[in-house]
Amino acid sequence: MSRAKPEDDEYWNSSKFKAFTFDDDDDEFSRLKESKRAVNSILVDDDEDEDDVERVSWSGEPVGSISWSVKETASSIRSGSEQSFPKIDTTPSLSKQGSGYSLSSLFKGNLYDLSPEETVRRMQKGREFSLEKFRSLQDKLLLLDEAVAVYDGNLITAVLIYLNKSLSKEILFRELMARDVALRHYVHYLKEMGEQKLLLNWLPLYFKQLMQYKEHLNIKDEGRRRDFLKSCLGLPFSQDDATHVQDHYTLLERQIIIEASDKKADAEIFKKFPRKASILNMPIITTLYYSCFYHYGESEGTFSSPSNIRKTFRISEKQYILTALGARAKLKSWFDVDSLFNTKNWLGYTKKRSPIGFHRVVDILQKNSAPVNVLQEYVNLIDDPDLKLSGALKYKCHDIVINTYRDLKDRQELVVYREKLERDSPEYRKIQDLLNNVQIRWKN
Amino acid sequence: MAHTERRDAPGLPDFSLLKRLARDQLIFLLEQLPGKKDLFIDADLMSPLDRIANVTILKQHEVDKLYKVELKPIVSSSDQLCFLIRPRIQTVKWISDLVNSDKVAGRFRRYKIIFTPQKFYACETVLEEQGVYGDVTTDEWNFYILPLDDDILSLELPEFFRDNFLEGDQRWVTTAGSALHLLQSVYGSFSKVYGIGRCAKMVYESWRELMEEGEQRTRQPEFAKVFLIDRDVDFVTPLCSQVVYEGLVDDIFRIKCGSVEFGPDVTSSDKSIKVMLNSQDKVFDEIRNEHFSNVFGFLSQKAKNLQTAYDKRRGMDIQQMKAFVADELKGLKQEHRLLSLHIGASESMMKKKTKQDFQELLKTEHSLLEGFEIRECITHIEEHINRQVSMIDSLRLLCLLSITENGLLSKDYKSLKAQYLQSYGIEHLLTFANLRQLGLLEEQQAGETLTVMESKVGKLVTDKTVGKLTDAFSSLAKKSNFRALSKRLALVPKSGEEYDLRVPRDMAYVFSGAYIPLSCKLIEQVMERDGWTGLEEVARMLNGQEFAVTEARNKTDAQRIVLVMFLGGCTYSEISALQFLGKERGCRFIVVTTAITNSARTKSAYKNDF
Repeated sequence: MSRAKPEDDEYWNSSKFKAFTFDDDDDEFSRLKESKRAVNSILVDDDEDEDDVERVSWSGEPVGSISWSVKETASSIRSGSEQSFPKIDTTPSLSKQGSGYSLSSLFKGNLYDLSPEETVRRMQKGREFSLEKFRSLQDKLLLLDEAVAVYDGNLITAVLIYLNKSLSKEILFRELMARDVALRHYVHYLKEMGEQKLLLNWLPLYFKQLMQYKEHLNIKDEGRRRDFLKSCLGLPFSQDDATHVQDHYTLLERQIIIEASDKKADAEIFKKFPRKASILNMPIITTLYYSCFYHYGESEGTFSSPSNIRKTFRISEKQYILTALGARAKLKSWFDVDSLFNTKNWLGYTKKRSPIGFHRVVDILQKNSAPVNVLQEYVNLIDDPDLKLSGALKYKCHDIVINTYRDLKDRQELVVYREKLERDSPEYRKIQDLLNNVQIRWKN
Repeated sequence: MAHTERRDAPGLPDFSLLKRLARDQLIFLLEQLPGKKDLFIDADLMSPLDRIANVTILKQHEVDKLYKVELKPIVSSSDQLCFLIRPRIQTVKWISDLVNSDKVAGRFRRYKIIFTPQKFYACETVLEEQGVYGDVTTDEWNFYILPLDDDILSLELPEFFRDNFLEGDQRWVTTAGSALHLLQSVYGSFSKVYGIGRCAKMVYESWRELMEEGEQRTRQPEFAKVFLIDRDVDFVTPLCSQVVYEGLVDDIFRIKCGSVEFGPDVTSSDKSIKVMLNSQDKVFDEIRNEHFSNVFGFLSQKAKNLQTAYDKRRGMDIQQMKAFVADELKGLKQEHRLLSLHIGASESMMKKKTKQDFQELLKTEHSLLEGFEIRECITHIEEHINRQVSMIDSLRLLCLLSITENGLLSKDYKSLKAQYLQSYGIEHLLTFANLRQLGLLEEQQAGETLTVMESKVGKLVTDKTVGKLTDAFSSLAKKSNFRALSKRLALVPKSGEEYDLRVPRDMAYVFSGAYIPLSCKLIEQVMERDGWTGLEEVARMLNGQEFAVTEARNKTDAQRIVLVMFLGGCTYSEISALQFLGKERGCRFIVVTTAITNSARTKSAYKNDF
């Protein structure tokens, strides 16, 4: 190594450039010059950086930043063709690649005599190596085990690529079954190479079905996707997963039917609220919401009816009410909302029941700007007295607030609340009457 | 407001040197392809590259146009194409296709791939198989570490998590080892190394090999201790909602490579603004580690001070005014700008986070951590799923439930999974399979009795046999043991005690006093004991793989600088917790992570893909 000048030496020590290892050791001198030039150029740039307030372009990216510049290129591509006339090939086609290896390739003969350990060691250091001499199964496996022993995923995969080429798949998988780490590297490699078919042939069952099922995500055409899902039904999934895959197929099948008919539907509701997107490939609950929105009240016999969807996909009552409530409230069909919760007892009285907390119902109604009288009814149904009061206060259900304070015999709160009301409004007068009522025994 | 720092806290090494080294090497590599060239950059390398170089530098080295790698046909008239990419098979295939289509068109160009941080054999094989090996030259840019801040170093490899923990591919082990080796060669050796986790052990081994090969330096070390920890040792912490300022900003606005883009709702203009979030931003630096509830008060105090500073101008004569403009005004304006940004950000976060939904979410999280009212938690999670609100939050809560409870009861698992698939799409079957593989979301098996049996057997037979048994069992059912760990390490403070978030008393403040991050507590304990003695039971519950190695015995001030390497990512909350610990103990923590993570990022790592 020729380190000519003392200041060069200084640079080497101070910048610890040795942390990096380049392959070609022969060209160190020119590298030194490069680095020096690089360091000099830094000083220039540092001057530019002095301004600590970043200049920002219209898009918010700092001017001169890489991201900014890439966007600039992208926009200039669009503006015009920059194709130039192809140039004639004048440079020699011989590649310079691997010049760093050239010396060691003189001793190629030696590479063939290396043990698995020595070979893996060479690979680790990025030196030239040869795997071709590992021909017996035992040698191949020794090599693999050695790569696994040094924990280097890159090398494990390198050896596996060689084994992939030089062993039959049957033997390779048989041996890998007993080598978990190597197997996982192999599977990952095949996945990245897009070798789905090979994987499907050889993987243990559990992985197999899911990997096959996953393929549906790559199919854009809904008809083909549906048929593909149908073909998945026969796969030996676990019992639960089999149900889910069956659901997936049924869902898409129904969605295709609904979509075909709704696309040209001219019912009032579609004109008033035009569909924003197709229903294809939406989740079950979104489909239910859609059906509650556009197909409410249809008989169970039609695929698009809420009741049919509810039944087909075994949707819980809670989930159903929540979804239907959302859809009907969005349409401001307060009557439908009411009937969702109405239950009749054997005497014929109606009573409101809900599998979800009424405070949640109130939330949803309020978000859909339900009128005060509707809100009030549901706030009144909230079980928890604290939630009820806070709901009533929030949505200005005066009657409920007043009655609650009355029941709590809280005179002071009533006085405070009265001040928030308009003088001589009915609510104001109601509080006035209560406060004047001598029969109430106030707690304060 | 910021915690009172112990005066004797040691100073930090200068990590900007790492940037300069990376830049030098990049320039060197670019010059290996002399003449004008177009440069194609992997999308996820653009921000890291921005931190160490800019367009001017690239242009100086004859880069003509810059493009983002999009795996689509290209439009470039250049005779030389250079690709700066992560070593991914897909990208290399795309490049091979480009070269081959150029060949068909009879077009000659020179191609160079610069892999960073290293090349993989599999990528070169693709070049060979596609018949372009030799047409394309390859190089390595060993850009292992990007300093995100004075004390945060990142490998910027989010795929580390998925590759290592889900796919079981160890391709990044040597990368992490090389990163440590780089730190060691630049900043001196370490006196002690601790670690826990399978990957941590391998990284240490790979690093040790490099150490043995290289020449030993006789420099004073700038760090004392290194702690290596696998992300799967503590899955709980990244599942929790972050409530410390920096973590919250990351959860809501997504910090990318140390910078964040605040939208119009924050800037109260029609523009988005990108800002760097690091210790250079004095306003941010003071609030980044604070619990969110304290931030508002701090910012308004700061605003008042600023007003007072501006007010000084009144009644100044010309001379004073001149001095004011020259010395103070620029600083004040800068502070003003930053202050208004952080106030805007806080307001925007406040709007989102004071909503009832978020409060309920936090309550559920805290109950799960505490193991309290689990049934109600399940009901809440169910409702969350039923309402089809945030898919990621639903999944996060499910995972938290599973880990804290050592898996879900079969009945609950089936029902919650079915409802999840109904709400968010049946294809998430694949997500569930992945989560199961990772041990993040599991159904309790009949093997439930294993631990009981194991401990009984343990009393009867020798240690060696127990070791074997444990190995066999852990592959059957790798348990999180969170409840037992939480008890032993006192991760969850006793309920009912008041926790003053303005005067944090322990690391639990990063989660509103409800939970001390397991990872950080473990680091604290090991540092305190100078090893694993007394923590054998804890380590066993964490599935073992712990180690402690003494490298050198020179005691210096650097003894109090601890380098913590998270393999598989760490959260800003963990960084805040470690900063707190450091300030309490008079030491400094430097965090090296494969990437900054949060619940959303961890979740998207295995979404839908199988």
